Amino acid sequence: MGASDVKVPAAAGHIVRNEDLIFERSRAGRQGYHLPDLGIPEKDISSMIPGELLRDDIEGMPEVSEFEVVRHFTRLSTWNYGVDTGLYPLGSCTMKYNPKINESIARFEGFGKAHPLLPEFLSQGSLEILRQLEDALAEITGLPHISLQPAAGAHGELTAMLAIRACHAKRGHVRKTVLIPDSAHGTNPASAIMCGYEVHGVTSTSAGLLDPADVERNMTEDVAALMLTNPNTLGKFEEEIDKVCEIVHAKGGFVYMDGANMNALMGISRPGDMGVDCMHLNLHKTFSTPHGGGGPGAGPIGVVDELEPYLPNPRVARNADGTLQLNFDRPDSIGRVRAFVGNFGVLVRALAYIYTLGADGLREATETAVLNANYIKHRLEDVYALAYEGSVLHEVVFTDRRQQAFGVKNSDIAKRIIDYGFYPPTMSFPLIAPGAIMIEPTETESREELDLFIDSMRAIAEECEQTPDIVRSAPHRTRMGRFDETAAARKPVLRWQPEKGKVAGA
Amino acid sequence: MMATYPDDLYYSKDHEWIRVDGETGTIGITDHAQEQLGDVVYVELPAVGATFEAGAPFGSVESVKAVSELYLPIAGEIVEVNAALADTPETVNSDPHGAGWMVRVSIKDAAELSGLMRGAAYTSYVQDEGGE
Repeated sequence: MGASDVKVPAAAGHIVRNEDLIFERSRAGRQGYHLPDLGIPEKDISSMIPGELLRDDIEGMPEVSEFEVVRHFTRLSTWNYGVDTGLYPLGSCTMKYNPKINESIARFEGFGKAHPLLPEFLSQGSLEILRQLEDALAEITGLPHISLQPAAGAHGELTAMLAIRACHAKRGHVRKTVLIPDSAHGTNPASAIMCGYEVHGVTSTSAGLLDPADVERNMTEDVAALMLTNPNTLGKFEEEIDKVCEIVHAKGGFVYMDGANMNALMGISRPGDMGVDCMHLNLHKTFSTPHGGGGPGAGPIGVVDELEPYLPNPRVARNADGTLQLNFDRPDSIGRVRAFVGNFGVLVRALAYIYTLGADGLREATETAVLNANYIKHRLEDVYALAYEGSVLHEVVFTDRRQQAFGVKNSDIAKRIIDYGFYPPTMSFPLIAPGAIMIEPTETESREELDLFIDSMRAIAEECEQTPDIVRSAPHRTRMGRFDETAAARKPVLRWQPEKGKVAGA
Repeated sequence: MMATYPDDLYYSKDHEWIRVDGETGTIGITDHAQEQLGDVVYVELPAVGATFEAGAPFGSVESVKAVSELYLPIAGEIVEVNAALADTPETVNSDPHGAGWMVRVSIKDAAELSGLMRGAAYTSYVQDEGGE
């Protein structure tokens, strides 16, 4: 089964086996470069750099040639798995294809070489990009004022909550509490608490939706805002969102919508029309800019008129002669949240995506994303239990309820799907669905790819009944077998250590 | 697998238990909670002397799956924490109602205990949640 059972020639080991650490390749005295005699005396480093800045606790730094370094890291780089290698069905993450034309456009000389400190009369093109993206996002969200500064979704949440707090302060009462449903994203309570609010939970109904009566019971004039995710983390549209917004507004609160799941709404319905006062968008999800690997991301926010004065400085403003400027003269602004105007290169990519698809294309992308998720639901619901019944939007949440009867957990299924060549879905989230398996295919997968994934998931469901040990001990086709995740978390080994009494390479 | 929930403990809807001994109560998470969490890898506990209202978060428990808050079933002041959990968080899994205890509190108002469940009630509460 496993790669280790097969006789592999030494030189072919890197194809199927784990790569030695660079430390383990070390040979005493081997070097990347040999400097010629430079005609200056050699000095000890400790005579030039203060001792407290020098570390001497790492023994056995690798001694390797340049070519070995190149081969080692090039091999490792071929092990990456990303949307460009295969389906990446991580629920709640919207791992869609990143069109390459966006990359080309972001590298245009005028964008790639623009400096953020260029005077405004030399930055009109860049400012125009920002303005047109703001206008497009305002149209898509139904919220008239957009700030492009926040660099990630959670950063957008924080920025919007700071604006809400500033607005309440201006009104004379900052309020104390933020309401958050249990079906919201985990970053929502974190953002509220960072703004100094207490968080009060609101429970979902058995259908996985918000209950307006429950919101009504919890809504007081000490509640600054309700933060919700729509569609929520179960992939369900909050059917009573208009009523919920009315209830919150009646007590002077704001409704914040986490727009991470905007891939289910884009081009079809607008949060601003539902009564939402502010929201963020993840350009690195919905608008196809690169996602994962640490960014950079972009989490623009949109707000209603009442919150506009508090948006971060500066804002792009149109002069009487049609040119654009950055307006800093906004006394109620919460100030900057990001250097310059945000992650500009990402913003260029998002605008390229919007113009490539156009209004009809954006709508079709959403329809296809929802269709794909429902196709997966339809073809898997007879073998995997649904967390909640009913149709879904852009993602579908199953649980391991049926497989648990055979002693198989969701994490085992996740590891087994790796053997079939796919990145695993999101596991154990949302927390309100025990044993969750959350799948988001996005619109960019073909019918054939979806069928491959579905057939694999069905094969695993069969294995859970017939040969559960294969699933419980997966993965088998990877370079490394199953790790002891518990031991790794409890007693992490964070650094390579030379074997005692052994000199590397000796 | 059905765990038994002894009647000498009180149980909260958030899956904490409290064992009352005179003025003090010992608090931990239930067998059901540890089962749902999976392998516990870290337990964050408050400082001795901290006071909390009933239902307030007093710490958190991290498993391989998720980080969950711990809620105090009744109001009180922390008089002792289970320091051994720093090195052996797995005790929460292996002995949740015993050596896996988390904090001891001096109980502010014993009347609050009436709002908690006893063994039988908690057993059916857990069954209704569909967790077992």
